[in-house]
Amino acid sequence: MRTLYAELNKRFPLGELTVQREDLGFITVEREHLRALLLHLRDLEGFTHLVLLTAVDWMEEGIFQLTYLLSDRKKRRDLGLRVMIARDGASMETVHDVWPTAATYQRELCEMFGIDFPDSPGVHDPFILEGWTDIPPYRREFDTKKYADETFTHRAGRETNDPAEYMKKQLYPDGA
Amino acid sequence: MVLYQPDRSQYPSQKADGSLDIDLTSGKYLKLWQGPQHPGITGNMSLELTVCGDEVVEAKTHVGYLHRGFEKLMERRTFIQCFPIVCRICVPEPDFNEYCYAAAVEELAGIVAPERADWIRTLILEMGRINSYMMYLGGQAGSLGQGVIGQWTTYVRDLMLDRFEELTGARIYHMFILPGGVRDGLPDGFAGRMEETLQEIERTMSDVYDVMFCNAVFKKRTVGVGYIDPALLEPYGVTGPNARAAGVVKDVRKDQPYLVYPQLDFEPVIGHDSDIFTRADVRRRDVLVSIDLVRQIIAKMPKTGPLMTKLPNVLHWKIPRGETYIRGECSRGEYGYYLVTDGSGYPRRVNVRGPSYTHAVALLERLIVNVNISDVAALMVSLHTYPPEIER
Repeated sequence: MRTLYAELNKRFPLGELTVQREDLGFITVEREHLRALLLHLRDLEGFTHLVLLTAVDWMEEGIFQLTYLLSDRKKRRDLGLRVMIARDGASMETVHDVWPTAATYQRELCEMFGIDFPDSPGVHDPFILEGWTDIPPYRREFDTKKYADETFTHRAGRETNDPAEYMKKQLYPDGA
Repeated sequence: MVLYQPDRSQYPSQKADGSLDIDLTSGKYLKLWQGPQHPGITGNMSLELTVCGDEVVEAKTHVGYLHRGFEKLMERRTFIQCFPIVCRICVPEPDFNEYCYAAAVEELAGIVAPERADWIRTLILEMGRINSYMMYLGGQAGSLGQGVIGQWTTYVRDLMLDRFEELTGARIYHMFILPGGVRDGLPDGFAGRMEETLQEIERTMSDVYDVMFCNAVFKKRTVGVGYIDPALLEPYGVTGPNARAAGVVKDVRKDQPYLVYPQLDFEPVIGHDSDIFTRADVRRRDVLVSIDLVRQIIAKMPKTGPLMTKLPNVLHWKIPRGETYIRGECSRGEYGYYLVTDGSGYPRRVNVRGPSYTHAVALLERLIVNVNISDVAALMVSLHTYPPEIER
């Protein structure tokens, strides 16, 4: 993984490398270099399989981390590219022309995190949620419990345990 | 193999953005919804089909009927509280969720599960694979009107659920593979009862072969239908039996071996024609491989030894900042968990990568075009998709 990183670093300005396993590494990349790097990895390095595209919400730092996880099956290695984008007005260039299946991931990210991918096919079409008017629900500030309490009613006659307290009582009855 | 070549002159022209210029008021086209309640649909999803005569010219998939927000729920739960809910992401084959989640937590927490636990995990995953294929075979045959196959495969699946019940205490959601190991070892006499079950499955598979795969109607409806061009495999992220039926040996168990697979003797099953029949046949033969693997595991596994690593107090368990991806080969292809931790007692992000995510949306929408309406159900089932993986 370090050899690959050194080779890539000659061509692209790369951020830090995290070697998680011998066959799995993560590299931070500036957004303007992502597309060229993806094409290079796909066409010249054998990373032909887009495993997943997802986002991590670092709300405290005001950024979204987009993770493009690629796989090179022949050499048995995976590489995750981390792209940090601003949380406010989050938007990212589409890569659906590099991998058609990316359009599905981008559509979901637009709906769940509010990250726009201009020109991605059907990116603004509802994917899972229909008629959703609240903030994108996978953002950290969306409070699932508050939403559930306001939207649904509790069924009468059912005892509700606080999960943390209940587990503590079950697992550590002596109060460890 | 002769593939169906449609007469494109009858089809709508394309607009500048690539979408089809379909005028529904012309009377030439019809919108047809297949699902969400429809016998020809796998699980809770629907297909919005535009048909011209009895041929599909455009398709859109609609999911979201079973969205329970698992990934979001896990962000507000401790690592051990996530363990009992991950299995609920996939009903027919829940164990991969447990394994991938447990392995991801173990890796980031620096924990190693005992060897005996790895053997039992592999056993459970192979048992689950057989069960998942039983559901598939019933569905595939049912989509073409062969209801009896589903009754047979449901019967033997039920026998395997009995084995699951005596091993884990549960039939569907086992909640058995947790971070650090597994909950228990094999009960007394388990190997003998498992052997009886495997023999019954083998007998049933022989019947399934005779009645389903040698059936003229089944062949006529599936050979050459639903062809996946091997060139589409990488652009569309196709994995598992769908890729192997196209002649590409994609199997995580061999490509990036995990658990005790390096110690087991098996070869991935492949086909070459990449049509519905070949995909079904690959899965039928895969059942036989899994049966052999279960026998190998029971014969080779250590009979004694620890089953769990000592965990820290799970109520105050904090895992250092990091991220990882763990994958396994489930019955439908590559199943994986991307886990991000931030040093707190809760996961920062859990992303579930199910094979249906790519197979049931982008790939299906492409494959359905030009297909006869009556073949849509068979084609969809042949991709072996489970919608809950899409809308975790």
